[in-house]
Amino acid sequence: MSELWGSVTARGRIVMALVLAVLLALPLVADRYVLSVLTLIFYFAYVGQAWNLMMGYAGQLSLGHALYVGVGGYVAALLWLKLGIGPWLGVFAAIAVASGFGAAIGWLGFRFGIAGVYFALLTIAFAEFTRIGFDHLELTGGAAGLFLPFEEKRLGEWWNLRGGQLMFYYLALALASAAVLLIALIARSRLGYRLIAVREDETAARALGIDAFAVKMSAVVISSAMTAVGGVFYAFYYNNLFPSQVFEISRSIELILAPIVGGLGTVFGPVIGAFMLTPLGEVLIAVTARFGINAPGFKALFYGVILIIIISATPAGVWPRIAGLFGLKGRAP
Amino acid sequence: MWSIYLGVIIQGVLTGLVYGLMALGLSVIFGVVRVVNFAHGEFAVVAMYATYVLFTALKLDPLLAVVPIAALFFVVGYALQAALINPFVGRPEHEQFILLVGVGIIIVNGLLIGFGPDARPVNLSYGFDSYEIGLLLIDKPRVFAAAAAIAVAAALFWFFRRTRTGAAIRACADNLVGAAVVGLDVKRLYALTFGLGLACVGAAGALLVTIADPAPVLGPAYTLLAFIIVIIGGMGSMVGALVGGVLIGVSEALAGFLFAPSMKSMFSFALLIAVLVLRPQGLMGRRI
Repeated sequence: MSELWGSVTARGRIVMALVLAVLLALPLVADRYVLSVLTLIFYFAYVGQAWNLMMGYAGQLSLGHALYVGVGGYVAALLWLKLGIGPWLGVFAAIAVASGFGAAIGWLGFRFGIAGVYFALLTIAFAEFTRIGFDHLELTGGAAGLFLPFEEKRLGEWWNLRGGQLMFYYLALALASAAVLLIALIARSRLGYRLIAVREDETAARALGIDAFAVKMSAVVISSAMTAVGGVFYAFYYNNLFPSQVFEISRSIELILAPIVGGLGTVFGPVIGAFMLTPLGEVLIAVTARFGINAPGFKALFYGVILIIIISATPAGVWPRIAGLFGLKGRAP
Repeated sequence: MWSIYLGVIIQGVLTGLVYGLMALGLSVIFGVVRVVNFAHGEFAVVAMYATYVLFTALKLDPLLAVVPIAALFFVVGYALQAALINPFVGRPEHEQFILLVGVGIIIVNGLLIGFGPDARPVNLSYGFDSYEIGLLLIDKPRVFAAAAAIAVAAALFWFFRRTRTGAAIRACADNLVGAAVVGLDVKRLYALTFGLGLACVGAAGALLVTIADPAPVLGPAYTLLAFIIVIIGGMGSMVGALVGGVLIGVSEALAGFLFAPSMKSMFSFALLIAVLVLRPQGLMGRRI
């Protein structure tokens, strides 16, 4: 840990401390709307970071990550609704099931040598299959969805995640910070170096004696487990789950935007990406609503344009450039 | 009883031929240019809308609209490849993917903003006619669409087998370095191929209007369908694309009939997973 702190430049430490202090103190001055936008930013930073582990560090393109969000959310929601088990316990079940899915996909992909585009399509196929399956699953309410009821008497039960915007704001901030810490630790660990080796040249890595299969599986399992926690947050924050919304491919694509724009394979990339994209999207909606134009289509259109610009001009993402510009680059892999 | 099943299967074959034509475009593009066109279905939906516009404005029958729309899409494909996609040809796959995902998002939302989310029906005068063969009832529009799809595919086959340019393109697919060495203008041929691939998509889109009503949300669904067909049939194999299309058409028709219409895609995705795991080169593809 001290080695981690030591690898950040002095300037970087000041910036990080400042940002964290501002975010912690923000609820004192900001209104509910700003807090909700920030909560969304933290959420996307969190799941983006989980995806970043798999794509940025392990080099495995997963376009079906919404599967883990949905599975995590549904498991925790079901345990709460049917058995009264709170989310702090339910999250473990969610992690177990989602990483089970991740392990299955990883095993099928890596054992049978499905890579690149084909692996991406495999992940999409699983996500879509699950989506249609949940549409027809009576246990989870089918296409009509699952609802977590709003109970007045339960307000304030933070252990059941029944609270207001403030609670979710700090929870999301904690999750995002924990994700950054986790990825930073992994990046500097032996697993991290092995992941990068496998990403860069799998054959050479295997020649060095690295168990590529085990390394890739670790990445998938950790990534899916992390994403499942995000799913639990999602379920208890929005209080509703629809298969057609939660599992659909546009959700998978939505959560990969932040890490790609911010910077794949970097620790802060997904965070920067989330901070850039979400507020811009909100501003765009506000501006187009002012002119009376159809807002949702414009926001997505704008994201599409940004995606193309970033991938053409700076495929490594925005963060590496910004970090270099401000002299924030630490000694990092 | 068997006549109902046979009817469903024939329906699936006819629909599958149109799907196959769409997948043919994808196969051509990937087989030669090696770019994963993740906006494929979105282009098909644009073609559907273009057909709808021509139909409502000029009363032009979709089957006749195939020619101008295919021509238009050829130009679009050529321009798109030359301008936007060319720099990405050598780049990592995930970057190509992302680029075309971005293009797809722009297309879908452009259509959403322009036409709204509701489906726009194209009401043909012969839309509900059918041929009676014994106990079987076969939709007339689907027969015409399937016949047109076969015609377009045959034209494409003829182009690739019988013309010099077609041979040049196949050379690029087989051995890129060798093709450059013998002096073929690879960039121009790539653009040409992309144009041809999108022309297929345009034609397929025009024909799809007889099967489904244009709606923006169909874009990603058709993209996935095209990929499923191409992988099952075999990436890079043109006949494979058509065979895969028919296979998926029939399996979706049967799955929709035997289980529930909303579950028909589930079977296709399961098939995709099975093929990816067991036989990734597809039925007729070359070994990866």
